Amino acid sequence: MIKHRYLKKVATLELNADKCIGCGVCLDVCPHEVFEINSGKTWISDRDRCMECGACAQNCPVEALTVKVGVGCAAAIIQGKLKGTAPCCGGSEGDKSSCCGG
Amino acid sequence: MEKGPVARECSCSCNGDPQNSENRCCKPMPPAHAGENRTPWVIGAIETSTGKIPQVSTEYTPRDRFGAWKARWGIGRMDYKVPPGLYGVGNPDANSLVLVSANYKMSFDRLRSELKGLDLWILVLDTRGVNVWCAAGKGTFGTEELVHRISQVRLPEIVTHRALIVPQLGAPGVSAHKVLKLSGFRVLYGPVRAADVPAFIGRGLKATAAMREVRFDMRDRLVLAPFELVSTVKPALLLLAVLFLVNLIAGKEGFALSLVSHTLADFIPYLGAVLTGTVLTPLLLPYIPGPAFAWKGWLMGLLWAGVYVWFIASQASWTHGLFYLLILPPIASYLAMNFTGCSTYTSLSGVAKEMKFAVPAQLISAVGGIILWVGGLLLGF
Repeated sequence: MIKHRYLKKVATLELNADKCIGCGVCLDVCPHEVFEINSGKTWISDRDRCMECGACAQNCPVEALTVKVGVGCAAAIIQGKLKGTAPCCGGSEGDKSSCCGG
Repeated sequence: MEKGPVARECSCSCNGDPQNSENRCCKPMPPAHAGENRTPWVIGAIETSTGKIPQVSTEYTPRDRFGAWKARWGIGRMDYKVPPGLYGVGNPDANSLVLVSANYKMSFDRLRSELKGLDLWILVLDTRGVNVWCAAGKGTFGTEELVHRISQVRLPEIVTHRALIVPQLGAPGVSAHKVLKLSGFRVLYGPVRAADVPAFIGRGLKATAAMREVRFDMRDRLVLAPFELVSTVKPALLLLAVLFLVNLIAGKEGFALSLVSHTLADFIPYLGAVLTGTVLTPLLLPYIPGPAFAWKGWLMGLLWAGVYVWFIASQASWTHGLFYLLILPPIASYLAMNFTGCSTYTSLSGVAKEMKFAVPAQLISAVGGIILWVGGLLLGF
C-alpha cells in the first residue's frame, strides 16, 4: 500500500515527555501511526505524517500533547478568510462545502 | 466549545435527565415510528426494562445503495440522516456490547451491514447527518453529545456493563477519560473501518495496527470525485454562457448552429482542466511528484494544456496557445488544492503553507491569461 506523504516540517504536534505516563491511548487514536512507545514513554516517531486532527491531545489524560487542531481543507481556509472566521467546513445544516464529503 | 447539539435539540434544561424524560421536548425521538416507510431498515423491536428498542436489519439493500450514490453526487446529502438514539442488532441483552455511531445514514448503513450474526446495541449520536470523522472535527460527535445520549436513552438501565466501543475516527471529538468521569462508561476505541468491527470483537476488542490506520486508496479517492465535480457545475455553466456571448459578438456567422458548435469546442479545454483537477489528479494523487496538492494539479493541468495546444497548434496563433498554458493549469491547480479537504492526511498547517504560495500564483497566471486574451481581442494579435 502506498503511504501518502504531505508537506514536511509543518505539523504543530508537540509532546511533553516529562508529563507522559506512557498509557498509549495516543497510539490507539492516531490515524497515521505518528507515535511509538518505548520503555514506558511515548515519542513522536513520524511527525510529518501528523494531520493535526487532535485525537491524541483530546484523549491524553495528562495533557502531555499539544497540537494546533484544524481541518486540512483549502476550501475551508478560503471560506474562513472570506468570512473572517477560523477555517471550518461550514458547521451549519446548510453546509455545502466540499471538505466534509462522505 | 459551544453547547451545540445538546442545546439546540432541546431548549429546556433537562438534558436527558431520566427523571424528566416525560417532559415533552426531551422525550427520546421515536425512531421506530418515524413514519410509514422512512425507516425500512427497522425490522422489529427489542423488549427492555426501559421499553421497546428498534431492531435494525443487517441487510444493505439496493435502496441503501441508491441513497449512498445520491449522497455522493450531492443530492439530498444534508438530509441523509437516521434518528439519533439506541438501536439493536440481532437479539442483544444486558451484557451485549454497545457500538457508537453517527447519524449520517451512510455511516450507519455501513456499520449495521457489517454486523450480520452479532447481537449488540448501536448508540446513534446526533451529528446532524455528518459522518463520524467530520463531526468529531466539529465537536458534534463529541464528549458532550455522547454523555447526553447515554443518559437520554437510559443506557445504564439497559446494559449492566460500563463500556462503549467508539469508532477511532470519533477520537478527535471524544475525550475518553472525560466520558468515564461524566458517565461512568469506559470508552474503547474500535477500528477505523466498520468492516473490521467483527474482527475487532473476535480478537477480544483489540485492534491491529492495520485496523488503526486510515487509508486513502484509489477507490476511496474515486468515490469523492463526483461531489467535487458537481461543485464545478455552476461556474462551468457561467463560463459556457460567456463563451457563447464571445462567439456571438466576435463571430461572423450570426446566430447559427455553428455558433453552438464553436462554443462547445471552446469549452473543451476548460472541461478538460476541470476533469484534470477533480478526477484525474485525485485518482493519480500518490503517483504525481511533489507533496503539495496545488502543485500536483498545476502539473497535470499544464500537461493537459500542452496536449490541447499541441492538438490545436496548426489552426491557432501562439497567443492562443500561451493563453491556454496560462489559464488552464491554475484551474486544475485550484480544484486539486480543494481536494485537500477530501483527503485523509493533510494538516491545516500544511494546507495553509501551500496556499500561501499557490493562491497568488494561480491568480497571477489566470489574470495574465485573461489580459492576454482581452489584449488579443482588442489589438488583434
